[in-house]
Amino acid sequence: MLELAVKGNKWYWGWLVVLLGVIGAGFGLYLMQLKLGLGITGMSRDVSWGFYIANFTYLVGVAAGGVMVVLPYYLHDYKAYGKITILGEFLAIAAIVMCLLFILVDLGQPMRAFNVLIYPTPNSVLFYDAIVLNGYLFLNLVIGWNVLEAERNGVHYQGWLKPLIYISIPWAVSIHTVTAYLYCGLPGRHFWLTAILAPRFLASAFAAGPALLILLCLFIRRFTNFDPGKEQIQALAKTVAYAICLNVFFFLCEVFVAFYSNIPGHTTHLKYLFAGLHGHGALVPWMWAAMIMGFTAIVMLLVPRWRARHGLLGIACVLVFGCTWIDKGLGMMAGGFIPNPLHEVTEYAPTGIEIMITIGIYALGAFLLTVFYKTAVGVKLEVETE
Amino acid sequence: MKNSRRRFLQIAGVSALGLGAKPVLDAFASESAHGPGYHLAKGEDAMDARQWAMVIDTRKLQTAEDLEPIIEACNKIHNVPTGIKNKNHEIKWIWEAHYHNAFTDKAGQFTSEEVEHRPFLLLCNHCENPPCVRACPTKATFKNDNGIVMMDFHRCIGCRFCMAACPFGARSFNFRDPRPFIEEENKAFPTRMKGVVEKCNFCAERLAVGKMPACVEASNGAIAFGDLYDEHSEVRELLKENYTIRRKQTLGTEPSVYYIV
Repeated sequence: MLELAVKGNKWYWGWLVVLLGVIGAGFGLYLMQLKLGLGITGMSRDVSWGFYIANFTYLVGVAAGGVMVVLPYYLHDYKAYGKITILGEFLAIAAIVMCLLFILVDLGQPMRAFNVLIYPTPNSVLFYDAIVLNGYLFLNLVIGWNVLEAERNGVHYQGWLKPLIYISIPWAVSIHTVTAYLYCGLPGRHFWLTAILAPRFLASAFAAGPALLILLCLFIRRFTNFDPGKEQIQALAKTVAYAICLNVFFFLCEVFVAFYSNIPGHTTHLKYLFAGLHGHGALVPWMWAAMIMGFTAIVMLLVPRWRARHGLLGIACVLVFGCTWIDKGLGMMAGGFIPNPLHEVTEYAPTGIEIMITIGIYALGAFLLTVFYKTAVGVKLEVETE
Repeated sequence: MKNSRRRFLQIAGVSALGLGAKPVLDAFASESAHGPGYHLAKGEDAMDARQWAMVIDTRKLQTAEDLEPIIEACNKIHNVPTGIKNKNHEIKWIWEAHYHNAFTDKAGQFTSEEVEHRPFLLLCNHCENPPCVRACPTKATFKNDNGIVMMDFHRCIGCRFCMAACPFGARSFNFRDPRPFIEEENKAFPTRMKGVVEKCNFCAERLAVGKMPACVEASNGAIAFGDLYDEHSEVRELLKENYTIRRKQTLGTEPSVYYIV
């Protein structure tokens, strides 16, 4: 099927070349990081995880969000999603590949990465994270590819895929649950030490993933001959609307518990994020921007008339994406590590090189996504014209 | 079969995955998840304990000058790169802190002035239930038979999960090659490379040849060291006679470093 991805116009090829350039630049800078060490990032003894792990966490959510099309289609036989399920699965694949790369570039000794397999340690959550992420990648590759191939050949997909499809649904939930458990089981990091972290991650994921999918559908609708469908886009929009509401609700639950109980360990991190602490407040404008984006998006998505207009829907989805990225990317890391266990404030900002390496990984994800979507759209068009 | 080459590649791919999963399945099958998976030999002079523990008499360490030789002894012996000037990249095994940083949950507005102004020594607590050991995905950090939380610098992949897990800020990461920043290299102890985590090891290498930890030796009797589960040990005698505090005791990690205030 991949032969469909090597036929394209000059815009398609131009885009791929640009992406390759960005990937190359990111890779070059990564080689530099490999040589000099993680000291070229903005991370420190106190904020020991930064931009890489933040983006990793965020993209696990995007990957898990794909299940929001898979579940209605396969479990509730919501036929309309048949058109876009493959888009959700391929998005998940690209997102997981990026996740794995973000973990790899965050390692101090990446050549020893396989120690995780050589000395497997079932009491470490990272061990389970490796299993669920790779498993989810495998499931989506096998399911996505075979279902698409069957569609192309005009036959029903193979029977043995059915159990894999059913497994992939709770598996999507598991990847983000386990990723939340990385954080929420650590004593002494009170910002993360909350049972609602995994549900909150999932709510944010089910908003961010489908929001990105809507944007991709709008793009495909506009620039290719394949129409993912108005009904499909509207159905996704409802998912985003409810999920972002839940995300904000869960966050407000956190705020209530922290400030009504008034336990310093719990309030101090939120204070740092939203008001600044001891004169340090680098994230204050970001967090308030995220809040405003979130609430604006909720209003835009809840009113059916506004949601129905694709222009407004697109803007709302960008807002959802931005809000959840700041909340789960920037805020989740900085909030957890600042102030440090000794109540000292060391602030964190990614360096230019760190940001470039990050963009390089996103470019690689975009490259994969482009090739996969080109293939998928090619198959859909073939089937439609037959 | 028509697509035999593709079929072969598919089967090869799945098989490779199966091979990768084998050690993982073995891990579930083995009965014990503790220890690094290798045997540590003991020498003739080695001192042993069920859980090594430390009691720091802060009454005898009133000023920063009192702490200096203790910290220096440790840094020298363990090749700690003290020349790193960037605070973000500091490597600390044992260091000085204010009361309200050391005992975040015990610091109030109205504390004894004398205690508040005393400098406190901080180091790895060698917890009885260490969250760092729980978090490490490769057993590069593990709890030894004698209760010491050890680091295998050669196995550490530098994921820094242990640093997030430690509630005491006791762990440092080598953000760069530390060797140029070691003032005087001690050939008897390994230097580290960039990209691995390190911390205090309760001088496991000295205990193994019958010597007390370097900080204990340099403390002029202000720091006692012994087996927490030997009721006649020096630390147990001190714990019986003095009221002591530990850092963040409510977290349940059971720190093995006690402070007399």
